[in-house]
Amino acid sequence: MHFLEFVKGSFRIWTSGGKGYWSWLAFLGMCVMVGAFGYAEQLQRGLVTTSMRDPVSWGFYIGNFTFLVGVAAAAVVLVIPAYIYHWKPIKEIVIIGELLAVSAVIMCLLFVAVDIGRPDRFWHLIPGIGHLNFPSSILAWDVLVLNGYAVLNLVVVTYLLYCAFVKREASASFVTPLILMSIPFAVSIHTVTAFVYNGLPARPFWNSAILAPRFLASAFCSGPAIILVLLQLLKKYTRLEIKNEAIWKIAELMAYAMFINLFLLGAEIFREYYSGTHHLLFFEYLFTGIDGKTALVPYAWFSVFASVAAFLIFLIPATRKNPVTLNLGALLIYAGVYIEKGIALVIPGFTPSTLGEIYEYSPSPVEIKVAVGVFGIGFLIFTLMLKVALPLMLGEFDIDQPVPARARDRAKPAPAAAG
Amino acid sequence: MTAKAQVTISDNRETGLSRRGFVKGALAAAATGLLASCSPAAREAFFQRHFRELTQDDKERILDRLEAEYGRKYGGEFTVDAAPAAEGVQFAYALDLSRCVGCRRCVHACVKENNQSRDPEMHWITVLQMDKEKGIDLSHATAYYNPKQVPEEGHFYVPVACQQCRRPQCVTVCPVGATWQEPDGIVVIDYNWCIGCRLCMAACPYGARHFNWAEPNIPDDEVNRDTHYLGNRPRYKGVVEKCTFCIQRTRNGRYPACVEACPVGARKFGNILDKDSEIRYVIENKRVFILKEEINTQPKFYYFYGV
Ligand code: SF4
Ligand code: SF4
Repeated sequence: MHFLEFVKGSFRIWTSGGKGYWSWLAFLGMCVMVGAFGYAEQLQRGLVTTSMRDPVSWGFYIGNFTFLVGVAAAAVVLVIPAYIYHWKPIKEIVIIGELLAVSAVIMCLLFVAVDIGRPDRFWHLIPGIGHLNFPSSILAWDVLVLNGYAVLNLVVVTYLLYCAFVKREASASFVTPLILMSIPFAVSIHTVTAFVYNGLPARPFWNSAILAPRFLASAFCSGPAIILVLLQLLKKYTRLEIKNEAIWKIAELMAYAMFINLFLLGAEIFREYYSGTHHLLFFEYLFTGIDGKTALVPYAWFSVFASVAAFLIFLIPATRKNPVTLNLGALLIYAGVYIEKGIALVIPGFTPSTLGEIYEYSPSPVEIKVAVGVFGIGFLIFTLMLKVALPLMLGEFDIDQPVPARARDRAKPAPAAAG
Repeated sequence: MTAKAQVTISDNRETGLSRRGFVKGALAAAATGLLASCSPAAREAFFQRHFRELTQDDKERILDRLEAEYGRKYGGEFTVDAAPAAEGVQFAYALDLSRCVGCRRCVHACVKENNQSRDPEMHWITVLQMDKEKGIDLSHATAYYNPKQVPEEGHFYVPVACQQCRRPQCVTVCPVGATWQEPDGIVVIDYNWCIGCRLCMAACPYGARHFNWAEPNIPDDEVNRDTHYLGNRPRYKGVVEKCTFCIQRTRNGRYPACVEACPVGARKFGNILDKDSEIRYVIENKRVFILKEEINTQPKFYYFYGV
């Protein structure tokens, strides 16, 4: 087996890199440490170290989880246009999309793990050993699809990369069905996550039939926004050939997705404000505040403006094709959707509470530390995977050259600006 | 992780964590693993199966272990009972809104009876103050009223606790089946099985579920040592709890503590299947209603105006 050489070679690649690479790793290592300190404190004293309380029983962690599910889903859905438009670097895009998906799903699972009150009882969720409440609990479905999706993507990526290492043509009959399967899986992780919220009649803010479509639409904005930046960095700093057309195409698709996203939001807002039932309270809390409690208001409006501005940037060909405005647009989308999913979905769902209480939530220092740690782990995993994947894709690392020739001078850490 | 492993730590109040704190945390985490492999009691607690999968023998062993554990923690003789539901019993509750004065004696009786944490404070019953002009409108109600004397002019009071729904949303959504409905209609939680994901709190339309954000604390001399496994036995950090119609009392033919404590007799309780019960009388002779009927959780907690 060549697997040992593959592993050894990978180690060599990880340990060789320039200043930029090492400082990036050091930075991520610091983030992980910050997270570890935060989590240790949380374990010790309990979730009382967060700002969550009975009226708002989920917060920042589950918001991040929801956002990242979208990133994970959308990363792989890029596979569709890659196949339809027959871009030259299809394989590369598929691989990068999947690497991103894997790291995003791992972050999702970590965010759930840090949110639960009894992490020592995680095994209760494992079917057979524990007692997974399937099919009644949608969260049980979510556990299954998220893990399935993670495994699926890991298998495909590892297989493709290993084939590149042993210089064997990847078997299409093995890999194509898996790649195609990952598409409905990507849709399902997001749909099921939406249904976790959507299926709760107690929370009118979530109990809306267009929640799942809204989730998908916003995911198709945020996931590609990351890939867009990533592709440009790879284009600039590596020998990977990525055509500008490909990047512009993604931007164009994002414009459509953003349009649908905004349209669906508008549809919800119309229904609530025009009919003015007591469900309106949650939107009021989000956009205008209730009784002077306005913690979310600036975020809500910033998110709307960022999304509209990004939509215009991606819609107009001139701004879509200009790298400066293009990246600004990606950033705005990222910010807009992050706020929408991370803050403006979870918290107004709980505020006011079912008994009418308005508890103003904003994340505690511990929550922020832990989140920094989780993102640190995610980026670390992505960086390390990409570090090995790149020379493999470029044909610089395989069985004939298990000591990668250019490992030393390819110092630039690609994802440095992705966050 | 046993409750024992966690009791000592509430002095660490600073938000930033010292290196010592970190080491302590890491040690606590490691200790969990070690405990699970060393002390037989801790290992048993860790690997304990879902309550409904336990055999009679398992149950007896577990109840003994818990009695010993609680005895060590609070002193005195503890009983942890697991009396099952009786045949032909469906418990229901009724509350006379025209009598309730909002004094909250029920709240405090409940806290005492059911070993709710005093620090941080937890209440299973929320008494909402409402404006007479607005009627029953939860979105304009407040649980934070503090006059010198109740009832206050222009207001009335609606106590809310678990409504023991016939279609309990909280049970449907729990990913590990840690909460379920007993044959006598009481919705219970196995505190040793709950993973603390809090989905049930998002799903409950009545804010009836409460989470132990920190290690619960009850002074030794205030602990109720007469407990039921599915009811008022002391809880752990990181799990959800709720009203169980005082399962430890009502399965032994007694009234819930809130019924006994109410100074104006606004609270009625009983077996809905028993034709001669007071609860049956109320349902047949008064005009009862339920909260949030549009959500279709079908509560067994009825409100009515007796006068
Ligand atoms: S009131 Fe809430 S906690 Fe009680 S049974 Fe109904 S849904 Fe469950
Ligand atoms: S918090 Fe506990 S009881 Fe509630 S849904 Fe999660 S595991 Fe079930």
